[in-house]
Amino acid sequence: MATVTLKPTKVPELMFEGYSITPDAFAGKTAAQIASLPGHEGKIHVTIGDFFTVSGDAGATAAETDIVIVGDCKRVKYIGSKMTAGTVTVNGNADMYVGGWMKGGKIHIKGNMDSFCGIQMEGGELLCDGNAGNHVGCAYRGDWRGMKGGLIRIKGNAGNDIGTFMLGGTIIIEKNAFIHVSTHAEGGTVIIKGDVEGRVGGQMVKGDMYVLGKIKFMMPGYQKIDRVEKEIDGVKATFDHYIGDLGERHGKSKGQIVYANLYLKAAA
Amino acid sequence: MAEIIVKGGFVIDPTRKIDGDVGDVAIKDGKIVDKVSSSAKVIDAKGKVVMAGGVDVHAHVAGPKVNVGRLYRPEDKLLSGFCRSAMAQKNGYRMESGFSIPSTFKTGYDYARMGYGFVMEAAMPPIHSPHVHEEIHDTPIIDEAALPVFGNNWFVMDYLKKGEVENTASYIAWLLKATKGYGVKVVNPGGTAAWGWGLNCVSLDDPVPYFEITPREIIKGLIEANEYLGLPHSMHVHQNDLGNPGNYKGTIDSLKISEGVKPKNKFGREQVMHSTHLQFHSYGGTGWGDFESKAKEVMDYVNKNKALTVDTGNVTLDETTTMTADGPFEHHLQGLNHLKWCNVDVEMETAAGVVPYVYDPNIKVCDIQWAIGLELALYAKDMNRIFITTDHPNAGPFTRYPRVMKWLMSRKARESVLNSFKHKDKVIAATTLHQIDRELTLFEIAQMTRSGPAKCLGMSNIYGGLAPGMSADVAVFDLNYKNMPSDPDMIEKAFQRAACFIKSGEVVVKDGEVVSNGHKKTVWVNVNMPENPQVKRDITQSFTKDYTVQLENYSVKDYLAPHPFVINVDVEA
Repeated sequence: MATVTLKPTKVPELMFEGYSITPDAFAGKTAAQIASLPGHEGKIHVTIGDFFTVSGDAGATAAETDIVIVGDCKRVKYIGSKMTAGTVTVNGNADMYVGGWMKGGKIHIKGNMDSFCGIQMEGGELLCDGNAGNHVGCAYRGDWRGMKGGLIRIKGNAGNDIGTFMLGGTIIIEKNAFIHVSTHAEGGTVIIKGDVEGRVGGQMVKGDMYVLGKIKFMMPGYQKIDRVEKEIDGVKATFDHYIGDLGERHGKSKGQIVYANLYLKAAA
Repeated sequence: MAEIIVKGGFVIDPTRKIDGDVGDVAIKDGKIVDKVSSSAKVIDAKGKVVMAGGVDVHAHVAGPKVNVGRLYRPEDKLLSGFCRSAMAQKNGYRMESGFSIPSTFKTGYDYARMGYGFVMEAAMPPIHSPHVHEEIHDTPIIDEAALPVFGNNWFVMDYLKKGEVENTASYIAWLLKATKGYGVKVVNPGGTAAWGWGLNCVSLDDPVPYFEITPREIIKGLIEANEYLGLPHSMHVHQNDLGNPGNYKGTIDSLKISEGVKPKNKFGREQVMHSTHLQFHSYGGTGWGDFESKAKEVMDYVNKNKALTVDTGNVTLDETTTMTADGPFEHHLQGLNHLKWCNVDVEMETAAGVVPYVYDPNIKVCDIQWAIGLELALYAKDMNRIFITTDHPNAGPFTRYPRVMKWLMSRKARESVLNSFKHKDKVIAATTLHQIDRELTLFEIAQMTRSGPAKCLGMSNIYGGLAPGMSADVAVFDLNYKNMPSDPDMIEKAFQRAACFIKSGEVVVKDGEVVSNGHKKTVWVNVNMPENPQVKRDITQSFTKDYTVQLENYSVKDYLAPHPFVINVDVEA
């Protein structure tokens, strides 16, 4: 394994689109070559070296490359997007699109992330110690093919539109979320350990949701069918089991209609 | 304007029966001429193919439904185009974006890169014609015209119900002038009007609610009105029952309506009906399970009837966006794929729907559709009556024309696609493509994309050929006529990016890159005929009673089409 360390040297005037900050782009390159990898600031072509000092050469492949950013990336977008292997660690905050379209490897953001993290993600792991913005693991605007696989774990809060059009994989929000969870989803699992404002599972076709806190406003298209004991992400609890969205189309399996499931922790 | 001479290429010009002769093409003041002075700019075409600019008979490239597609499919723009290309910025060109529904700039540039000089916008909702013309004006380089839709228009249905062909013709003349339109487009005749009642007309004799007229009467009446006026183009129809298994019988019945009507015009047009995207109308079977090709049956009829022209509507196996004035069809399609659906009623005139669609090579039906589009062209006898289209963007984006040409010109290319299918055996069983050895020649491709569509549109004295006096739209492709590449992909590559394209006497593409924004024109047809007091009164009344806009605000103002090319048609009393 080889570690490439990036140290921020200046804050971009606009936003730095760091789509080259991935183990895949770094693989097989020296520190100097990495510093000359392209990026955009608005419509202007820039390089990684314009905003970071780079030390350490990358491994031969993405899988053998670890990237560590020692400093804040609050104005750096697309960190680890489309990566297939290796790791990226940011000792600070990150801007939008962290791990978007990623297929493998691991990203660890120690601060907060802005919106669109892990959108249309297909595999790998995205961990955030702080809060995430909106559109965690959702589909690109307009698209109907959301997150397909992998794991997103947000240790703090998340905003709205979590797992929109989700098809697979798991999203865990350890604190609270705002509105629109798993809207239009056709698979996958979303676990919210805190409270949610509302609009949970609107137009959801298939898939699972767990809410360990409270839902302030329940969607009308969900019907409680039973109460179950379940262990989810290390928490054992009794859940009220709802099915829905009853206003949406649903497929059949072995003659039975397959609904989306909402498991809401039962009041004590 | 400067003189240009395109020297020493293999010239292919079906209008003059020139097939690969080495020769020069001389250009002066935007026109092809016999010869130029020695100071003319020389473009070396040695070892390359020289053709007239391409003519697209049917594509949805401008207007409200195209724009709805652009607006509601941001994902179509992701990772496509050269949004921030340094070159575009440096050279002063506009940014390009979009795949199946490219921006206006990308539309113009991509057509030019493929050596196309004229494109017909295939369905203009009359009341939205100002928007259509604004978008046409914003599309660089290519000359364009637009066909207003008439097949579900309340005036047309009212007149034709009473058998009033002359009044219909007067109304058409008025509307063409008001919308700066080119000809008579018909989309799902009667069916789109029926959609206002939640119904459809799937057969020729299904009555339209309230109007009590049938699709057969609408088609027949509009053909007669078109010939009464002697318009450059014929009635241009998207038939009923599009896209459904077993629709080929209805298709042939509709084509038969053209029998017995003689073309009457001064533009060299020989057909009285153009049936568009025939691929969607050549289906056998009773459902998606036994869905099969009936391309041969349909083409056997088309080959016999000289009063017809058709275009293919090739499925290109891409993710695309369907958009049509066939409102009920889009609703039906949304029921199949559950993707986002946009539906609009256009007062008094038409309707429209938009649904994204993925022609997935792993799905048998999509593969059979792909095969049918190619079979139609390969079964055709007269290549001047069948044209390459993808019904852009419905069966695929127009940027795939070079790929369609490759498939038509190379059995090897077709077989390699067939072999890649998951359900190869089922596709082969449901189609005849695998048995067809025919490979089209460059001459035949030039007929299908140049001389043929130009003649069908009544524009054979302007576009589609290289005879002196014609518009100097000249495309040079990096293909050696005498030694065609054994790798079919080289054919696609050559047609995708012209080595050089001269549009209206100006070099607009060099080595596949756009080098000028060109000088586009909007072509429209102006019918001069004696005033018809009844039609005039009906229109005035309808705008008072029915329309939401005033008559004065309805028509396309001159400033919206600032570079018009008007074709005048005189009708005597």
